[in-house]
Amino acid sequence: MTTRGLTTATNAVGPKGSFLRRMIRQERHISAMLLIVALFAILALAMITGFILYSGLPIMWKVGPLNFISSSDWYPTEGKFGIWPMIVGSLAVTGGALVFGSVLGLGCAIVLTQFCPKSIVTILKPAIELLAGIPSVVFGFIGVIILVPFIRDHLGGPGLSVLASSLVLGVMMLPTVTSISVDALQAVPRNYREGSIALGATQWQTTTMVTIKAARSGIIAALILGMGRAVGETMAVIMVAGNSLQVPHSILDAVRTLTSNIALEMSYAQGEHRQALFAMGVVLFVMIMILNTIAMVFSRRRAKAGAS
Amino acid sequence: MNYSVMRGLVACVLLVWTLWACPGCRRSGGAVRVVGSTSVQPFAEMLAEEFHRRNPGLRAEVLGLGSTAGLQAARDGTADIGTCSRELSAKEEPDFLPPIVIARDGLALIVHHTNNIDNLTIQQVRDLFTGKTRNWKELGGPDAPVRLITREEGSGTREAFVKLIMGKDHIATNALTYESNGAVRELVNNDPCAIGYMSLGMVKDANVKPLKINGVEPSAQAVRDGTYRLSRPFLFVMKHEPSAAAKAFIDFVMSPAGQTMLQEEGLTVIGSSQAASRPSVGEAGK
Repeated sequence: MTTRGLTTATNAVGPKGSFLRRMIRQERHISAMLLIVALFAILALAMITGFILYSGLPIMWKVGPLNFISSSDWYPTEGKFGIWPMIVGSLAVTGGALVFGSVLGLGCAIVLTQFCPKSIVTILKPAIELLAGIPSVVFGFIGVIILVPFIRDHLGGPGLSVLASSLVLGVMMLPTVTSISVDALQAVPRNYREGSIALGATQWQTTTMVTIKAARSGIIAALILGMGRAVGETMAVIMVAGNSLQVPHSILDAVRTLTSNIALEMSYAQGEHRQALFAMGVVLFVMIMILNTIAMVFSRRRAKAGAS
Repeated sequence: MNYSVMRGLVACVLLVWTLWACPGCRRSGGAVRVVGSTSVQPFAEMLAEEFHRRNPGLRAEVLGLGSTAGLQAARDGTADIGTCSRELSAKEEPDFLPPIVIARDGLALIVHHTNNIDNLTIQQVRDLFTGKTRNWKELGGPDAPVRLITREEGSGTREAFVKLIMGKDHIATNALTYESNGAVRELVNNDPCAIGYMSLGMVKDANVKPLKINGVEPSAQAVRDGTYRLSRPFLFVMKHEPSAAAKAFIDFVMSPAGQTMLQEEGLTVIGSSQAASRPSVGEAGK
């Protein structure tokens, strides 16, 4: 019954329909309040974006946007602001995290939904969700104590490297990717699977050729969300990446990401240096939007191709 | 549960939370906030403990964020006293009252205890840190790549290092950057190929080996004599006249009791006449 329908009903009921009228008024008040709350969220996002652009664009303009992004000299005390090594660092670490996180996360999701008996699922699923609750500092700490010496002694380089960061971030991404992929896989209608098996396909063939393809948009959504976590992660990366200013040439080289740089320098930066850190924030914004757009276009195109 | 009961409950929770959180909004009465250099931090913490023991009503809180961060905090009022482990630059001097030198500290170059290199000249250190010397065997050490550990740009220790050793040259871009003396010490402790620099006052508790520079073993005595040339001042910096509590803390630090405590921990104090007449320390190239 719509509110208007209720109003008509109230009038029809007569002057003593005050209880109904109060309910309608309450409903309107509540929906207005919720609308204001939603607008606050959008307002907050707009204000943050506006503030970062306002603080960061002047220095980017002064140094020249192309120079800012492509120069490799980051010497703020001398007025040189070039963030190319940090951009490469962010991309390398996120790419590596995507590789580890998606393989492990998707693998977990497939095993949980397609191959595990129910008894093991009841233990595994909560365990993976528990992983999501562990603070990122703890991951960084474990990375420093166990992973970094292992890489240094057995693979070479300083140990603090792109590889270490990617592994730590991949494990951090895992619960996000797994739970959303599990939901996506479970949403695939049963008759797809049953039909495939009826046609003689094995369980693995069904999974790869039917189920995953049907759940593709949900899986890509899972990867986007996981990637969002990886790009924004700061604390764990500072602890295991080495924070050097070079453009990394191998996965065993130390690296500095955009987020780490902001965190390392913000406590003492002032004047142009501080503006440059905001400009790095702008670049991060743009990077994340580009990555998300690519992923969304990719998923929409495949969904269309899959449907046709 | 009906609507008005829920509303009442939410209102109660909000009220209790606001009342409970409010006392935290007030400035913690009497606590002197000392913010800045991670080199000064352990000494300031030790002094703060003793200060509190002697004046039970007064407290000093110490934070280690880096020298330039400490100056920033003093400048914008979030700290009562900013601490700094380097000289103030010409641009910074007008912002503050004249700084108080509480002690002088040596700057130690440290390597892993298994590294057989003992002694380096300043030129050799500079070549290591610009990336010119890439392998320890070029200096007579083991056949292993050199891994440089440096501090963030706002660090007083780094500024002192750059001024005393690097001069105009940049530190190599592949140097690993970390944010405190403690982190540098841990990294050098765990990596046999690493070299880094840190506050001399903090070396004695660690498992790392400080190098001799130009044949001189780093020690508080050598800093005092001037034979160990790498040293920098520990400064207390303020923007406004200190509050009564802050003044009490500063007076304690500069008193014979405070200065003796610092001396026992390995710093060079100004009371000793030799240090007082010392000109600016040895610069890059010597």
